[in-house]
Order: sequence, then C-alpha cells, then structure tokens
Amino acid sequence: MSLRDQLTEIKEKGLTDIKQVSDLKKLNEIRVHLLGKKGPITAALRGIKDLKPEERPEVGSYANKIRDAIAQAVTQHRDQLEQAQLDAQLAEEKIDVTLPGKPVSQGQPHVIQQIIDEFVDLFLGMGYEVLQGPEVEEDKYNFERMNLPKNHPARDMQDTFYISKEILMRSQTSPMQARALEKHDFSKGPLKMISPGIVYRRDTDDPTHSHQFHQVEGLVIDEHITMADLKGTLITMAQKIFGNKFDIRLRPSYFPFTEPSVEVDVTCFNCMGKGCDVCKHTGWIEVLGAGMVHPNVLNMAGVDSKVYGGFAFGVGPDRFAMLKYGVDDIRDFYLDDVRFLNQFNKRGN
Amino acid sequence: MKVSYKWLKQYLDLNMPAKDLGEKIERTAVEVDSVDVAQTGLKKLVIGHILSMKDHPESDHLHICEVDVGEDQPLQIVCGAPNVAADQKVIVALPGSRIGGNVKIKRSKMRGVESEGMICALDEIGFSKDVVPKEWADGIYVFDDSVPVGEPVYHYLGMDDPIIDLDVTPNRGDMLSILGTVHELAAIYDQHADIKTPVANEDSQIDVNQEISATADSSLAKTYKLRVIKGVKVAPSPSWLQITLWNAGVRPINNVVDVTNYILLKYGQPLHSFDQDKIDGNIQVRLAQQGEKITTLDEEDHELSTNDIVIADNDHPIAIAGVMGGFNTQIDDQTTSVVLESAIFDSIRIRKTAQRHVLHSEASQRFERGINPDTVEAAIDEAANMIQTLAGGKIATGIVTAADYHPELPTIFMTAERTNHVLGTKLTLAEIKKIFDRLGFTSEDHEDGLNVTIPARRWDIHIDADLFEEVARIYGYDKLPATLPTGRQTIGVLTQPQKVQRASRQILEGLGLTQAISYSLTTESKAKMFLMRQSEVTKLLSPMTQDHAVLRMNLLSGLLDDVAYNHAHKVNDVALYESGRVFYKDNIDQVRPEEVEHIAGVITGNFDNPAWNNHINPVDFYQMKGIVNQFLINLGINGDIEYTATDQYSDMHPGRTANISIHGHYVGFVGQVHPKVTKQFKIKETYAFELNLQELIDLPKNDDQYQPISKYPSIKRDISIVVDRQITNDQILAVMKKRGGAYLSDIQLFDVYDGKNVPDGKKSMAYSLTYVNPRDTLKDEVVTTAFEKIKKRLTDDLKAEIR
Ligand SMILES: [Zn+2]
Repeated sequence: MSLRDQLTEIKEKGLTDIKQVSDLKKLNEIRVHLLGKKGPITAALRGIKDLKPEERPEVGSYANKIRDAIAQAVTQHRDQLEQAQLDAQLAEEKIDVTLPGKPVSQGQPHVIQQIIDEFVDLFLGMGYEVLQGPEVEEDKYNFERMNLPKNHPARDMQDTFYISKEILMRSQTSPMQARALEKHDFSKGPLKMISPGIVYRRDTDDPTHSHQFHQVEGLVIDEHITMADLKGTLITMAQKIFGNKFDIRLRPSYFPFTEPSVEVDVTCFNCMGKGCDVCKHTGWIEVLGAGMVHPNVLNMAGVDSKVYGGFAFGVGPDRFAMLKYGVDDIRDFYLDDVRFLNQFNKRGN
Repeated sequence: MKVSYKWLKQYLDLNMPAKDLGEKIERTAVEVDSVDVAQTGLKKLVIGHILSMKDHPESDHLHICEVDVGEDQPLQIVCGAPNVAADQKVIVALPGSRIGGNVKIKRSKMRGVESEGMICALDEIGFSKDVVPKEWADGIYVFDDSVPVGEPVYHYLGMDDPIIDLDVTPNRGDMLSILGTVHELAAIYDQHADIKTPVANEDSQIDVNQEISATADSSLAKTYKLRVIKGVKVAPSPSWLQITLWNAGVRPINNVVDVTNYILLKYGQPLHSFDQDKIDGNIQVRLAQQGEKITTLDEEDHELSTNDIVIADNDHPIAIAGVMGGFNTQIDDQTTSVVLESAIFDSIRIRKTAQRHVLHSEASQRFERGINPDTVEAAIDEAANMIQTLAGGKIATGIVTAADYHPELPTIFMTAERTNHVLGTKLTLAEIKKIFDRLGFTSEDHEDGLNVTIPARRWDIHIDADLFEEVARIYGYDKLPATLPTGRQTIGVLTQPQKVQRASRQILEGLGLTQAISYSLTTESKAKMFLMRQSEVTKLLSPMTQDHAVLRMNLLSGLLDDVAYNHAHKVNDVALYESGRVFYKDNIDQVRPEEVEHIAGVITGNFDNPAWNNHINPVDFYQMKGIVNQFLINLGINGDIEYTATDQYSDMHPGRTANISIHGHYVGFVGQVHPKVTKQFKIKETYAFELNLQELIDLPKNDDQYQPISKYPSIKRDISIVVDRQITNDQILAVMKKRGGAYLSDIQLFDVYDGKNVPDGKKSMAYSLTYVNPRDTLKDEVVTTAFEKIKKRLTDDLKAEIR
C-alpha cells in the first residue's frame, strides 16, 4: 500500500470515528489521537523518507490536507454536539410560564385621595394654588364670615359638632374662602385657590351619610370674573375628569355665601344622559354646589365687593367616588378593608 | 311642598306634561323631588254601588255584597270592613285589577263563598295612612252619592292629578304656597296670573270687638289678627276639599280646620282656629311663664320654656304660637263659634320652639321661612268666607288687630353693566326690565340703570346680587356663555410642605403600604393611646355616639381599628399607612387644639402575600424599621437617623420599640404594638410606626444628593467578632466609624449569630467594610493598617473577640 493510500485510509477511518462520537470528551481524545505527535498520521509520515525526493512534497502537502480535513470535521462535530447539549439543557429547563409571578408589595393611594389628587392636578394646571385650613374651626369662619349669622335657618342644613360655643369641627371647606380672602394681597394678582380636606357633620352613619367626609373648595376672585367663567371652569372640570362626552347644567339653588347660587349636574355616568335608575331618569346627576361669591362674604373679609368678585364651588370627592365606581355605601371609604382599597389600583387613565 | 297641577291650572294656562313642568321648575326656581300621579300602576278600580248585603254564613265579621259595577250583572263580593253597608258607593277592585303595593286582585273564595273582587279602603289603593280622614281610617271609603257607578275611581279621589313635590330652599319660603308658586310660574312662562283679593262677607249685626279682644307683643308677633264666625255647624268637608288636602299630604279633619289648612296651602299663611266658647276671656300673645304647660292637638303634653311664644287666655296658654294649637280649645263637633287667627310670629323663636318640642308642623315650617305680610288679611278673609260657605254661620264685622306690620317695599338700584359684569352676559337694560316685569317687580329707569321695587311676597331679595340671580335664572342658565377666567396670570404649584406630603404618600406606597383614611373622631381611650407628647383630650360637646366623641391624638389607634376590621373579615395580611392630623391641647383651658400632621403605618401577618413558590414572610420589627428607614432616607432630611431603644410607650412592646430622631430631633417611634393592645383589638402580632410629619416637613433637607462615584477601585475587608449580647449594633458601628480612618466608606452588617459555637451571653456579628480613596488608588498596606486599628479598638473598647 502506498503512503498516499495509507493516509487516505487514516482519513476515512478518522472521519468515520469522528462522526460516531457522541460526547465532547471522546471527540477531543480522537482529535488529540489523530492529529497528535503519536498519532497515525505522524506514524505514517515516517515512511516519507522511503519515497523519491520528487514525490515527497506532493505527499507532504496531501498529509496537511488530511490534517485540515480532520480538524475541520472535529470542529464541525463539536459545534453540533455542543448545540445538542444546549438544546437538551434548555429542554430540561422548560417551566410552566402560566404559573403566577411572585407577588410584589405595592401600596395604593386611597380612592378618595386619588380623586382629590386628580382635582388638585387639574386646578394646579389652571393656575390655582392649594390651601389647607384647620379642621377645628372658629364659628366665625365656618358660619358667620360665610354669611351665616347665628340663628340663620340655613345652619340647620348642616348639623355641626361643636367643641365650645365658638369652636367647632368644620362642617364645610368654605371657611377657607374667608381665610384666603382675608390674607390675599390683590395687588399681587387674583386669588385662585382650591382647598381639599376633611369635613364633619353631626350625622348618623348610614349608606349615604358619614359624620366624616371630604370636600374640595374652589375660589376665584379678581376684578373681572363672571358666572360664565364659573360655567366654563366647571365644564372643563367635568370633561377633564370624566371625559369629553360629559356636559353640565346649572340649576338655581341656595347657599348663604353665594348669590346667585347654583346646583351643578353632570351627565349621568351610567346612561350618558339617556335616563336610568341611577339618575332617576333625568340623565343628570347632581355633583356640586357653586355660585358667585356673596358681596357680604367679600366685604366681611375686607375685600371691596364693588371692585372684586368671583366664583366659588364645592365638590364632594366621596360622592364622586361613589358615582364613578358605583360604591353604594359611603362607610366603605372609612373601614379600610384592604380588599376594598386594593381594587383601586388602575392608574393608567 | 306638594303642589297640585290642577290647582295651578286654576290660575295659569298650563298645557305641558307635568314632567316637563317639573323640569322647568327645577331648572328655573327650586328643586323638584318628584312628579307623581297617584293612579300610576293601578288598574281596574271602579265605583261600585252595594245593592244588597247579607252576613257570611261561615264568619261573624264577613259580609256578602251584591255590587253594581255598571255591568250587566252585579258582582258578588265578600267584604270584612266594619263600616260596609247596603246602598253605599264604594271603591271596587274588579277581578284582574291591580291595587296599591302592586297587588293583583283575582276571583277567589272566602270561606267557601265566591268573591268577584274586593271593596277597598283608601290605604289599600295607595293612600298614606297619614292623610286618610279618621272617618275612613278603619274601614272602606264611601263616596258621596253623586258619583257615577262603573266609572274608574281615580278622578273622584283626585288620583289623576299630577303632584309636583317641591324641595324649597330656605330662601324661597314664598314658594311654600300655591299662590307663590303661581307667581313664579307666571314669571317663568310669561303669563299673567289672575289672583283676586277676597272681601269678607261680614254680618253687620255682630261686632267682632264685642266678641273678643287681644293684645300682642309686637316683638313676638309683628302681625296678629282675629276674626270671629258665629253659628257654624262642624261636619266633614266636601270631597273636593278633602281631595285637595290629601293630595297636599294633609289629613282632612272637619270643615273648619280643613279651611285653615287649605288657606295655609294656598297663601302660605298658617291660620289657627279656636273654639270661642272654650276661651276664657281675652287673648294675649306673650312668652310662656316658668312652669306653664300645655297639651297640644296631638294630645302630647309639653313643659313650656320661657322662650316659647304662646297664645294665652286669661288663665293659661291655649296654643304654642305658630307651632301647634292646644287640645283644650280645639274645634270639635259641638263647636258653634270659631275664632280665626292670622299672624306673623318671630321666625327665630318659632324655629327654636319647634326644635325644642320636636314639633315641626306645616305652620312652623312657614313661620320659620317667612310670611308674606301682604296677604295676612286676605287669608283670614277668604278663610272666613269659606267657613261660612261650608259650615254656615255669620262672620262678625271687623278684625281684631293686636299688631300690624306693613314693611316699606325695598327699592334696589341696578344696572345692565353690573349685571353683565357678574353674569358674563350681554343683556340690554330693556331685556332686564322685561324680566322684572315678568316677575311682577316694578322697575323705573334711574340714571344708567333701574330702580327695582320688590313686592312683599319676595322677602328674600335685598341687594343687587339677588336681582342678578333673578335675571340669570329667568333668562336661563343654559343660555349663559361658558368661558374661562382671563386676566392676570397665576402660577399653580404645590408648596414645599404639600410636595413633602405628596412624596410621603408615594414613598410609602412604593414600600408596600396602602393608604387608609380612618375616623378622626374616636373614643377617649383610643384618642389617648400612643401619645408622642403630653396632651389633654379635645371632646365634642354633643357627640352622636361615644365611638366618635373625642379628637384623635394619634393615627395608630385608627389604623389598629382598620386592622381589626380586616382580621374580623379573615384578611390577615395588612399593610396600611395613614397621613392625617392629630389634635393636641397643652392644657385643659385651651379650647382649640393644635393640629399636627402625622403619618403612621402598620403591618401584620405576612408582608408579601405568600406565593406558591416562596416561603411566607411574617412581618417583624426589622421589616417595619426597614420601611421607616427607607421612607426617612427618601425624604432627604439632613442629618443622621438614630434609633434608640425605649419603653416609654405603654401601648408598645417595651423591648421592641425605638424612638426615632434625626439630627437630634425626636420625630416618632417604630416598634411592635404591645401584646395587651393587640389582644384588646383582637388582632395578631402587629408592627407600627408613627411620625410627626410636620416635623419632617420642617426639618432642613439635604439638597446635596449627588456624590461622584470614585474612579479608583475599592477594597473590601470582612470582620467577624464575638461580643456580649448587650452590646448593640450602634455601639459597634460607632467604634468602627470613629476609628475607621479616612478611607472607610461603608459598613454592612451581614450576619448576626448566637447559636452553636458562640458562648452563652455572647453573640457573633460579621461586618463587611469597604475602603475607597476618591482621589487615588488605595494601597493594600494602608487598608490593613486601618483595619488593624479597628480590630484593636473593638477589642479594647468593647471586649470583642475577633474571629
Ligand atoms: Zn342615568
């Protein structure tokens, strides 16, 4: 057998062996054996000295080709084996991706807080400042300065918790109107404020009454503020908070601290104005009270009602939340049942 | 005020559906609670004539009636009413009919006898028992003989009349009457209402001044007038009057009392009728005297207050003025002489009296809201005429007037410019004048505006702003433009404290706590828990319940109530925080408490919900401390946060509570709620913190948040020491920080162990120390020197054994 045939045989056998190997360690052993100094190629090439000198280069070059072919086959096969091994591992690692993710603790703002924040952000955007007043108020600010002198029959509309003859739990956020008017320097600009907070009424707690609830008071006073501005502001509020399809309507009402006074209805959330049980088939739901600030309120706060005037409104976030989410018991807001609170966790809109 | 649509139509040309009228009133004048037609939902109720009646053979109270209902054959109806009798005209519910409460009436057998329908009482077809006349209260209703047999009953009972229930605001007392409502609708629909002034049909033979005299304190009664009618015959009122009253929610009594109630509804002027023969001497309007008593018409006894106005004769009070008449002088079947009273009593006193005696009557409600001084006399005149018409008798000539009041009508100047300035409209003076014409206000041109004279019936109007409202509502709020305020710009931005408050909430929510809002009013014992400073309680003068009687001085007790509520509902993993005010008083004499913003949190159960693949994670002190600490770090307050063990709070675990201070300022505490407290609240192991948020807002903040990260590598060395158990982490850290050298940048505790291989009374602590030089590469020898120094100090100062 010629040297060339020997080499060919080594190659054939080598390639066959490589293909049959199924693990990386053996493959490496074959590679070391075939290509190493003690391997068959090296051994076969020892016979090269028996060849004619002119034949030697040709066989030498043939031997190198065989080496390359084997090395390439090893590499190729190694890649295949590695891929197979990885595939097997990945197959082994397969999990049930439908099992639940690990719970992460995430607290939620209270639903009433969410609504208050929504009001606050909207009115900040319209240039209002946020003012917060005391929850324990003077009768003077809660009533007298709001044009409700002692013995005024409208005081009966709000049964109030008193601490002394002159000190009470505020029954409305309106006293912030009086406090803000008293302090504001109109030479520096108009007064535009909202005042969110807790208020208290001497009510028995039941599904629609709570002795503690929230209000957001709004007040705008300048030289040229009209009732049309009030209407526009309330429409903006309804549409930004509920959506552009919502409309409002004003109805005459009575508050001692505004004149004219209006009750404000917004398109029924439930039927979008078609009429349903929620809105008693009117298509409208009463959401807030508003009006043009009564001249007495301005004058008592030392603001000249002949020069300055404007509007005020008061919204109940509890009622808003009840309407928006269909909560039918106001007490649910103050029990802090985590199953209740944690539902209000959708904040993408 | 329940207003009959039919009654309104006597004065105005109204053709719209009642619902539309209701909506118009609601959008222009006052709120409308409901528009109802009583017959709605009723079916097949007809007038029947009882032809004959015999006793039921199987019953001692049932009767078998043959009833003509206008069909070919009479119906046989079994009836158990005590007042049923032959020849009555009655309400018959035919087979297949529907009566009150949506009840269906079918043919049935009653004790073996066929009954083809039912003879009805008024309350069975939907009448409130409160308005059913006494005569018909315990049996069926019997029509007068004039009604046609076989016709539906509704018209003959007034049940076809739409009733508009007005919710009159306190300022619009004028609308608590038919005539007031008529005036309002005349303005709304631009019509003229024909309202006639009555003239009393007096008998010249009888002089009222010979009959009675009266005196009145005009500060109690601005107007006080009496008329006398002699020779009346008291009887039930005709059905038209009864219908008018019961449709207004008033129970018919007799032809005298019913007239006074009718006039009250029509004019808004409460009248009272006395039996002249039961009055002893002259009438006085005065304040009640100490110890005086009266039994009112409802047969209730009242101890009178010296602030109550009474009507008295020579001996004793005969009526609580403006609220309710006395039982002893009431009109009864034997009455022949009637004294009619028409007055205006002081509204504030009436209101207080009605509240004091819990007697809120149709009369008191009107005296409280105001009375039209123009119609006091018209009301008494018309009443006298009506009584004469219905009960006979003669009207004495003249009126006894003990007090009289005719206020000067106010004239208010207003301009179109000012109106438009307030409303945002572009109305002309002529348009405005037209609105006043419709309202029946006389207006005269004056300078660039109008002098508007307000009729006495609109006592709610005093200033031009009141007129702007009249203009706006008659013009229509729907026509008002919608604009946004223009003028000088303002910047809307949260103040620093508001930003901190908002950030506080967001940080705690990010740390896993959900916001709670609990009640600020609590019990005295809960108010006093977890006190962070000495304080007296603030109590309500008259709480509704003892559960909400005292202002809280901590937030935690409210949060524990919340935890208890959750536990009671099988929710055991609770993580809540609350941001709100507590109310402190330095001494008992201080009336108004100081309001301080606090923030507090509680955790109980497992902090993370237990999942299928992770172990439960029961809360402990260090979980709560970790939350508080991260919260305080995020608030960025300048200075070190220090935790000092404390047993000062009797409601906290004495060995598991730490006071928190920042830069030496006490700001609150964190720890485990005392087991006796958790037992009291019926809850499980709970950890809590409460912080003075106001203090956190006020403390200076660290603006210097950013430090460049060193480009040079850091070197870490770990150290494990064994020390006495009493040695605290803080003591060890203090030594390491003090002696750590310039390059010690961080110390992390990574192990605490006191089990096997650690001697009794000792513990093993392991720390990882990081050294870095921000300006150069640190040399190993430098770190080694520094590290050795720490080891030595720990050994010397804390008797630590280095491992
Ligand atoms: Zn609806």
